[in-house]
Amino acid sequence: MKTFATAGTFESNDCIVTVKKSDVLTIEIESVVFEQFGIQIEKVARQTLIDMKIDHIHLFIKDKGALDYTIIARIKTACKRLGVYHA
Amino acid sequence: MRKSLLFIPANHPAMLQNADIFESDSVIFDLEDGVHLTEKDAAKDLLISFLDTFKLSDLEIIIRINKITDLKEIMHEQIDTILLPKADQKSLLLLDQTLTTLEKKFKLKKKIGIIALIETPESVLNALDIAKQKRVNGLLLGAEDLATYLGVSRTLEGHEIEFARNMVIYAAKTYQIDAIDTPFVNTNDLSGLKQDTLYAKSLGMSGKACIHPNQIDLINTLFLPSIEDIKYAQKILLAKEKADQEGLGAFSVDGKMIDQPIIKRAQNIIEKSKG
Repeated sequence: MKTFATAGTFESNDCIVTVKKSDVLTIEIESVVFEQFGIQIEKVARQTLIDMKIDHIHLFIKDKGALDYTIIARIKTACKRLGVYHA
Repeated sequence: MRKSLLFIPANHPAMLQNADIFESDSVIFDLEDGVHLTEKDAAKDLLISFLDTFKLSDLEIIIRINKITDLKEIMHEQIDTILLPKADQKSLLLLDQTLTTLEKKFKLKKKIGIIALIETPESVLNALDIAKQKRVNGLLLGAEDLATYLGVSRTLEGHEIEFARNMVIYAAKTYQIDAIDTPFVNTNDLSGLKQDTLYAKSLGMSGKACIHPNQIDLINTLFLPSIEDIKYAQKILLAKEKADQEGLGAFSVDGKMIDQPIIKRAQNIIEKSKG
């Protein structure tokens, strides 16, 4: 049984997403453009989790300038790898 | 018209989001060799998210699948064509059936085409049968895999793939579909790319796959007819028009008799010159 999973790369325009099972929902973001886009990244992450009906998870995003579509995809892949989402 | 077809690894956001600025005629989003075995799932999720977000107009979208079963996860209305690795008659039949089912399921308005990747000795020998399969609108020679099967090294001259190139061209031309040449893998050698492309074109290839954006411009230019060719073609078509008006069956241009194949070739050149 996996306790955490990751997806993505450290290349520019990408992000590494790590997800861990948790009793609550927490989102942590580290980004090279946090000041400009931190709120937007969190909004995208939160909406993606809502769309996947996941509310018990710790999500950590280490961002290297990823656009929204990349953040969404990496979250989905990480959650599939953890076994908490099946599309 | 497919002159240049650019491979883009589907797990590479920086390249995906620039897909439509490179000016290739087609992009091939790669789920096969361009993606590490452990990252196929991530590549599929990224590709779908990308296609959901960006509308790529004026660009043929081709997906090189890893397995036919990938299609259930990545089917999308923006996909025009599937590039099938190691294509043979059996896998093409299965792909056609799968696409028919998925087109109905996803209520797609268009019919998705297939480019067959000819990259095994068997597929080279069966190129004619492969070219006539349903939906197949192009054959792409995969010389790197083929060389591995043949146990030979790739060379700049390409003698080792001469037979395969000709088989692909003759099969494709028989069914009036595209004959697409293998990529030139040394991305720093533009002079080698030019030599290789001109040679492939002289044999009858109609386009060439590429693996780096810096190869596109040269390939696009080389696959367009030369100004001399265009001028001569225009001269022939003008002379034909005049001969038709005068009710002449045969006519000559610059002292050479012009017959139907030459007229057809001139029409093709004018068509190709439009890009």
